Amino acid sequence: MSAVVARRSFPGRALEVLRDMAARPSGAIGLALVLGHLLMAVASPWLAPHDYKAISATLMLKPPSATHWLGTDHIGRDVLTRTMLGGREALLVTAVATPVAVVWGGFLGVLFGLIGGRVDDVALRVVDAFLALPKILFVLATAAIFGASPPVLIPMLAFFYGIPVIRVARAATHDVVARDFVSAARARGHSTLAIIRRELVPNVRDVLLVEGAMRWSWMLLTFSSLSFLGFGVSPPTPDWGLMIKDASGFMSFAYWAVLAPIVALSSLIIGINLTADALAKALGVDRAQKAPG
Amino acid sequence: MTAPALIEVRDLSIGFTGRAGETLPVLRNVDLVVGAGETVGLVGESGSGKSTLALAMMGYLKGGLRVLGGGTRFRDRETFRLTARALQTMRGGDLALIPQNAGQALTPTLRVSALIAEALRLHSRVPAAAHHARAIELLAQVRLPDPEALLRRYPHELSGGQQQRVAIAMALAGEPNALLLDEPTTGLDVTTQAHVLELLRDLAARTGTAMVYVSHDLGAIARVCDRVVVMYAGELVLDGSARSVLRAPAHPYAHGLVASIPRLGGSGLPRAMEGRPPPPGGAGVGCAFVDRCALAVERCRAARPALDLVLDGTRSRCHRAVDAAARSARGEPASPRARASADPSTPALRVRDLCISYARPRVLDQLLGREPDAVPTVDGITLDVARGETLALVGESGSGKSSILKALAGLVTPRGGAVALADGEALAPSVELRTPAVRREIQLVFQNPDESLNPRHTVAEILAQPLRLYFDLDAEALRERSAELLERVRLGPHYLERLPAQLSGGEKQRVAIARAFAARPSVVLCDEVTSALDVSVQAAVLDLLDQLRAEARVTYVFVSHDLAVVRALADRVVVLYQGRVCELGPVGAVYDLPAHPYTEMLLRAVLEPDPDVAPSLLGEDVVERAPPARGCPFQRRCHRRVGEICASESPPVQLGGDGHQIRCHRPLAELARLQALEAPAASAPPESAGNRGDGR
Repeated sequence: MSAVVARRSFPGRALEVLRDMAARPSGAIGLALVLGHLLMAVASPWLAPHDYKAISATLMLKPPSATHWLGTDHIGRDVLTRTMLGGREALLVTAVATPVAVVWGGFLGVLFGLIGGRVDDVALRVVDAFLALPKILFVLATAAIFGASPPVLIPMLAFFYGIPVIRVARAATHDVVARDFVSAARARGHSTLAIIRRELVPNVRDVLLVEGAMRWSWMLLTFSSLSFLGFGVSPPTPDWGLMIKDASGFMSFAYWAVLAPIVALSSLIIGINLTADALAKALGVDRAQKAPG
Repeated sequence: MTAPALIEVRDLSIGFTGRAGETLPVLRNVDLVVGAGETVGLVGESGSGKSTLALAMMGYLKGGLRVLGGGTRFRDRETFRLTARALQTMRGGDLALIPQNAGQALTPTLRVSALIAEALRLHSRVPAAAHHARAIELLAQVRLPDPEALLRRYPHELSGGQQQRVAIAMALAGEPNALLLDEPTTGLDVTTQAHVLELLRDLAARTGTAMVYVSHDLGAIARVCDRVVVMYAGELVLDGSARSVLRAPAHPYAHGLVASIPRLGGSGLPRAMEGRPPPPGGAGVGCAFVDRCALAVERCRAARPALDLVLDGTRSRCHRAVDAAARSARGEPASPRARASADPSTPALRVRDLCISYARPRVLDQLLGREPDAVPTVDGITLDVARGETLALVGESGSGKSSILKALAGLVTPRGGAVALADGEALAPSVELRTPAVRREIQLVFQNPDESLNPRHTVAEILAQPLRLYFDLDAEALRERSAELLERVRLGPHYLERLPAQLSGGEKQRVAIARAFAARPSVVLCDEVTSALDVSVQAAVLDLLDQLRAEARVTYVFVSHDLAVVRALADRVVVLYQGRVCELGPVGAVYDLPAHPYTEMLLRAVLEPDPDVAPSLLGEDVVERAPPARGCPFQRRCHRRVGEICASESPPVQLGGDGHQIRCHRPLAELARLQALEAPAASAPPESAGNRGDGR
């Protein structure tokens, strides 16, 4: 190409990737869903039409009406209000835990990938052993012992969801380490940290971003499962998992009370997955266009 | 062109849609007819559209490309209008493709027998019962020894040359009328390449198959093709007999291309061509080559020349074709090398008994403290390289030349031996243990700049790495020094903000060279630095390297498989076989009288871009996986083997004059005499060269 394109700075490149994502159907739908949910989580305290904990003996399991658009639950609380507020805790916990998981898992993965050899072999076996354990049992046990407050759940989720990231980051690093620019940096005598920071991380960053988006959706599901099983958010705080659990007993005649949180939770997870998909494609295309040839 | 037309390309234009929605052509108005039984070479630099044209002949377009006008016909059928089914029958059947990298084109999970049976099932009428017999016939046809055993092998068990032969056998299964060859020998060793080309040449002569041979290598084309077509910036610029195109090209671009090829015969650097081709859609109203042309006149800018018949069947797209043809390509003087400033009294690099082994010690051996008993990959390398000297290491793949370079850089820890710089103090074996000062002194330039430059870093960041690490410069000094470095490699400071993907191959390699020189090294290790580049770019990079050496008084250790490149650039050469030195000496002495049988074999196999110079093939291109434990490393392939002594005892070092040494059991004088005896056959005139294939 003869046109000299100045190097795109970080916000410039991010914007370009976002634009590319929005131009794809999956990205447009995914981004709309994710952004909608985030906005709702922030604004719902002001937007919610009713008090989320106001119970009423007369309004039990009422179908949707003009005052209660999505009906009421088994103790007469407004389903719309509770659905609007029900994602706040889940989003807060997972939005903190996800980056933590990606950063620590990513760092270790890149480090093992760079060191290679025996250290890498042993580390990989340990990672595999952890992956073989059912996460949910550990999370349940911890939540049962220490309570399900964010300070307990965030490190717990970040720890368990960082482990698969190690594997992904390690594999991506292996491809980069084999390339000559890493040998060149080694031959010049840069420190390991400098090589990780300058040579490796910029080249595995895209993979980690996509991996992070995937981990986020899994974490949300785990969080909701915890509530569903009764070890998560405690009543009366509204939470989708908890709402599904409470309403599931009356599912046969009061479908609205269970349907609303299900739609909310699944739309968020579908949204995240679509976004991750579009992100992968946008970054992949970005790479392909930059490749020589 | 008297034969009936087999492949016809009429006014073909192919293009893609650019980012701004504009249409960018990669092929412009190409007209070409390939007759039955004709062998046509398609030459051009990367991006010239030669591969696109070849694939279009099969009715195939790479993703994103579309036909803008014209079309291609194969045996009077429009290839772009064929149904998918008809295309499937045609491709691989009547019109077969031999890919560049056979190792990747063969399905790794299928045995050779299954691969060939598949080709036979799809593209021949041979009944299934006869597949085995036919497969053996095909393998024999491509001169693979012991076809029975070979059929049971998997592709990864074959050498590169064998893989390429299997791919050729598969292509021949459908008894095609035409073969498309996409750089079929590019990844192969010189001797293997020469063998495969001989095979193709014989096949074309014997079976009357037409061939379209796509390559950037004029030497290979000269060997196989009767006719050569030169592509430039998506246009067919020259079409004529191989002899006329290579001897007196009637187009200035072809002229420059021929002149930029380093030759075995001449000393000095090949002539580089200035500038670079216009990008797709970048050619103006005039001739696409006008900006780089020495013969350009007013008219060339104003009007695009037509592809006109010039003389004796040569078509040229040039207003001044006749003048261009008058300048003989060979008469062009090569540019002399920058005056050597080598000073043999002060070695800049000393290597003593270097020994490298990749065998991992077994656990038991480790426990017992035993040395691993595997034969080392590289052994007994002892060299002194003078300051300002260029020492070349040549050999085929597996000769250990890159391993030696890595050991010098400390990227591979040798099993034994010592490396020292000018002060004579032995260096630590691995780079992690060396002092920063030592690391600074030794810098590396890699083969492929796409791999050696971090795609996420701008040129400024790439150059800043060594500058910050070794000299701790502040931001302003850093920028100044980077700009100065870019200036020295003939790029401007405006390159600082670019990413590698925004540079051409040659520019990338210049940045990689600038990065090495940023450290102010005393020794620069060059690993096949020009093999990923186009010939015209290669010439410029070689010239740059030579200039920099003279300016900075650095020492080069230059690894290459290309003997002509070595001749152009190096002062002394080390010929390696299986990690052992065969011959060592000044370039002139080694090339003019290649004493060692292996050097002789290598040099004879080199392809000159001249249809009348035939390589001569000594011995078979057998595969060797490990060096022999005892005796001469070359014993298994040697055509001058003495006897038992070659297998049992290491050959003695024999000294010629001027530091020339060879390792062979035969006395130097006897080797020279043997060669002289065979000389008439070796520098064969064209007639006997043509016959030789039938006689073998």
